[in-house]
Amino acid sequence: MDTHASATNLPDSAEANAHVPHEVEHAHPTWSTYWKVALILTLITVAEVWAYYIPSFVAGRGFIPTLLALSALKFTIVVMFYMHLKYDHRIFRVLFTGPLLIASLTLLALMFLFGHLYIKIM
Amino acid sequence: MTAPAARIPVVHTSAPAPHHYTTLGLDSRKVAIWAFIGSECMLFVSLISTYLIYKGRSVVGPFPHETWTDPSTGHVLKPILNIPVTSASTFVLLMSSLFMVLALAAVQNKEKPKHSRGERVLGNSKLWLWMTAIAGTTFLGFQAFEFTSFVHEGLTIRTNLFGSSFFTLTGFHGAHVTAGVLWLVTLLAIDYRRGLGSRDSLLVDIAALYWHFVDVIWIVIFTLVYLIK
Repeated sequence: MDTHASATNLPDSAEANAHVPHEVEHAHPTWSTYWKVALILTLITVAEVWAYYIPSFVAGRGFIPTLLALSALKFTIVVMFYMHLKYDHRIFRVLFTGPLLIASLTLLALMFLFGHLYIKIM
Repeated sequence: MTAPAARIPVVHTSAPAPHHYTTLGLDSRKVAIWAFIGSECMLFVSLISTYLIYKGRSVVGPFPHETWTDPSTGHVLKPILNIPVTSASTFVLLMSSLFMVLALAAVQNKEKPKHSRGERVLGNSKLWLWMTAIAGTTFLGFQAFEFTSFVHEGLTIRTNLFGSSFFTLTGFHGAHVTAGVLWLVTLLAIDYRRGLGSRDSLLVDIAALYWHFVDVIWIVIFTLVYLIK
């Protein structure tokens, strides 16, 4: 008796094609990488809060761009290393960055429409 | 000679769950969670947009970063946002993301031999799932404290535009964290019941993706709502 009976009635080649992933994901980071990333995220958060308590910096023009840049950096680090987008299939990148891009452009458009952002023309 | 009956499906109760590969060779559950996360980006950006549009347009206080004197009572209300408390809760949520990746790595490497005590600790999926769930619950505790103190200081969802948009945005985020904690508890239940092995790594991976998404949303909220005046 055949003890290796198939779980489906597909031909062997079709069954193999249907069940084997076409692209193997890259290896995920090591434990030490995760700890280093956590340390970097903590240091960036400390820098953000520190900046908040410096009145001269808060009053300056660089405060908001700096905070936005630090926040974007933290966002990118978490998505790349903890969510493994750096290592996973590019279709996941498309599924995430596509809606994120649309949402970000919508946010910017709304900011312009409601007068929170200005473009100086000429 | 193989009998025709051999083509009948054989059910192995101990076999791992069947995979659901798409034509791209990707597991459909992982594609689904990324598509879900993409749609969640839209949801949270709409809530953040609403907050930013209404920012600075409240007629009555309390305000997030400025003092306000109530003309009817003469009471001076200080800025309502408590940055030290929120910084602590942000740190807790960031650490929960670390615990979550450690839980995923522990499940993925469950079958690998552990030689040292450190490797056994790092390979303990129950420990890291517990730590993540506790950190998530602690974050929710901070949020409950913040909401309660705001209500005591006179800010409710109906007080002004800031209150409406703030409670809606952070409340939605808190609801997502709550769902994440419940998800982690179900993973813990599975781990205690039959043990999570490398064959279950996708289950933990999907939960981890959701958890990290909740974390990155808070990274944005913390900067836009709490730090930028």
